[in-house]
Formats: sequence, structure tokens, C-alpha cells
Amino acid sequence: MRHFSRSTIVLLLSCSLWVSGCATQPEMQDGILVNDPYEPENRRMHEFNKSLDAKLSGVTPDAASHDQPTRDTARMQPMDLVINMGSNLSLPGKVVNNLLQGRPGPAAGNLSRFVVNSTVGIAGMFDPAGRGMGLNETDTDFGETLAVWGVPEGAYLELPVLGPSTQRDSAGKVIDLVLDPLVYVLTPSQIAVEYGLRIGAKAGDRARFSDSVDSVLRDSADSYAQARLIYLMHRRHDVGEKGADFDPYDDPYAEAGADAGFIDPYGN
Amino acid sequence: MEIDRRRLLALGGAAAFALTAGPVSAMTASSAQGLIQSAVDDVFKVINSGQSPARMYQQFEAVFARYADVNIIARSVLGPPARQIGDAEFAAYRSAFQGYIGRKYGKRFREFIGSQIEVEGAHPLKSYYAVDAVAYLNGRAPMDIEWHVSDKSGQVRFFNLIIEGVNMLASERAEMAAMLSRRKGDVAALTEDLKRAG
Repeated sequence: MRHFSRSTIVLLLSCSLWVSGCATQPEMQDGILVNDPYEPENRRMHEFNKSLDAKLSGVTPDAASHDQPTRDTARMQPMDLVINMGSNLSLPGKVVNNLLQGRPGPAAGNLSRFVVNSTVGIAGMFDPAGRGMGLNETDTDFGETLAVWGVPEGAYLELPVLGPSTQRDSAGKVIDLVLDPLVYVLTPSQIAVEYGLRIGAKAGDRARFSDSVDSVLRDSADSYAQARLIYLMHRRHDVGEKGADFDPYDDPYAEAGADAGFIDPYGN
Repeated sequence: MEIDRRRLLALGGAAAFALTAGPVSAMTASSAQGLIQSAVDDVFKVINSGQSPARMYQQFEAVFARYADVNIIARSVLGPPARQIGDAEFAAYRSAFQGYIGRKYGKRFREFIGSQIEVEGAHPLKSYYAVDAVAYLNGRAPMDIEWHVSDKSGQVRFFNLIIEGVNMLASERAEMAAMLSRRKGDVAALTEDLKRAG
């Protein structure tokens, strides 16, 4: 643990500077508040990510065909084992974040889930905790912890390979690497396997929800704007910030302007 | 423990609401919930029918037309141009939009094969009702789904769908704006594009 300490402090400092460093005027777009001062750079990164995604999933960006037979998601596939193992290994880090957020209930749930699925579920390959015991995962990360601590969202960022993010969530991702308790108990080669499985799980999710992802990346008229909108709405929902900046359901009659009233379409 | 207290508060709140709000609101809440329950049942009938995707999309479109206020959704996502075009042009756009939604959301519903959606309840929100549901997918954290239901069209219909915070009206409005600007504001050209999109 000692060799982490100095670099951790440097990281924490640079991240907090980075998060607070940018203060631009967010604007309302399609009913939500968007803060995107780096849009030109983000758009270039988006094009890069999109072509990378197309290469990896073996489809040309503009020629996706959708009428492929549906895969039976009710049946277990080899990829599901990887997804299960990878997401099981991400649980200890989530327990730490649950605790840092002052939420012992979800922490206990995620910990029990990790214990049950690592043992009865054979190293996390199966999910007896979720199926039989109702111990579902409470997804979280350090980005959410920062939100709970009152750190503002910051500017929207599109990261290489990882895709949509914000300044707060990107800082969270870096910190999550050192918050993962497994990093301190596993050997370096075991850590490599852990990350291999976790990345595999992400890739498996990408394949499993390919229709939704394809629909956003390939079928949208402006996939950058769609991905940004979806990420921000989803993220704010997850961290419980629904009403923090703009609640689109809030009194549509009070804002009878052409733009504000659309969420309650009967309002104008 | 915190959850217990919250649940208790929620129960108390619900009881107080039931006592003060009277039977009219309760009926609207239950009819809003009933609408969504039927819509979900119909969607699962289509999902589990094992038909070809193209046939399923047609049936999803029919479910959408039956339970949603398509008129207000189409108008709302088009924004100001909806007020500048004639009735016939709007009707053509509206019908193309309905097919587009059937295909686009139909594709997503297909990912729900082997899962369950439990409609949990309805509560008043502003001038309409929000109906909450949870989707239980295999091996994944449950997903929150919310519908917004109104009777302002004269019938009880849903006009918005929010999956894990992602709002249909907001994302479709962004999409229509992008498609329309590609066509330099020409709604008829947008209509032609919509017939192939989704």
C-alpha cells in the first residue's frame, strides 16, 4: 500500500484541480443542462471512438444491418460467465464507495453478493445471490461518491475508448483504480486477470446491448449529441441529481416558452 | 434501517394522500397504472411471440399507437416547425414518426427477452401521473422505468417514457432537430428519412 501513497496524493490533487479548473456557462439543450466547452475536441474524440467501435465489432459505421436473429438472452452463453465474473470482481470497489457515501445498506448488500457469488457462484461465474436471494448489485463508483460529497459535475468529456464522461466522473475513474481493495490483496498477475475479466465484462455488455449502442452510434443523425444527452440524463439519474439543475417535469406552465414546455407537451 | 424508516414514511404519506385526495385522484392513478400494465402485457406478448423482427416492429408500432398519445409526442419532438406546417404535412410526418418509434424502441424491447417488468404504482406529478416500473434483466442491476400518463387528449394515454433517467421526449427531440437540420428544415424530407430510420 505504501508505494501508492505519494502517487495517490498527486492524483487526487491534480484531479481536484482539474474538476474545479473549468467554470463555463452551461446551457439548456433539449430540456437538460449541458456544459460542453470542449465540444470540438470531444467531437473529434467521438469520431475516433466510433470508428474504433466499428472496427472492433466488425461493422462499417454507416452500414449496420439490424434484422439479424435475436439471441436468446434467457439462455446462458459463455460470454455471460465472463460478464458475471468481471462484474463480481468490481463489487469490492463498489462496497468501498457505498461506505464513502455513507450508505451502509447498499455496502452490506454488495458485500454479501460478492461473498455468495464468489463461493456458491463459483468465483462469480454464476449469480445465485441475484437469482435466488434478491441480492442485486447496487451499481456505484467514485464519480458518484464525489457527487454525494458535493463536487460539481464539471464539463462534459468524451474519453478515448471509454467514451462519454464528465470531469467529475473521469476523476472518479482514476481514483477507483486505487480504491479497489483487490489491488492490495492480489498478486500483480492476479490483478492482470481481474482487469482482463472486468474489461471482458464491459466488452460483453457492449455485445449484449449491441442494438441499443448501435442505434445511438450508427443510426443517430448526430450521434455525438445523442450520446452526450443519454449519458448526462442517465448519470444524473444514477447519482440522484435528477432535480439538481433542471427538472423538466417541474411546472411546465411556469415556463411557457417554446423550449421549456415541451416535456409537458400539453403545457403550451 | 434507514430504508425501513423511509418505507414507513412513504406508507404514511400514501395513507394521508388517500385520505385527503378522495376517490377521483385514486381512480386516475389506477387507470394510469392500468394503461401501462396493459401496454407492458402487450409488449411482452409481442416479445414472446417469436416472430420475425420486421413483424415484431409492426406490432410494437401498433402497441405504441394504441397506448401513447402519438399526436402530442410527434408534435412535441418536432418543436416549433410543427406549428408552421399544414395538417396534411403534419399527418404524413406523424405517421412516419410512429413507424420510426415502433422500429427504434422495438429493437430495444427485444433486449428484454427473458426479463420481467413489474409495474409498481402510479403517483400524481404536476398535471399528470407518473407510473413506475422495474425491469428485472438476467444478471444485471434492475432498471427503473417510468411512464408519464395524461388524459388531456381526451383519453388516458402515455406521452413520455423514461428508462434509467433517459427521457424519450428529450432524446427524440434532439434526434429530430439533428435530422431536420440535415435537411435544412424541410419537414417533408425529414418525413421521407423517418420512413427508413429507426
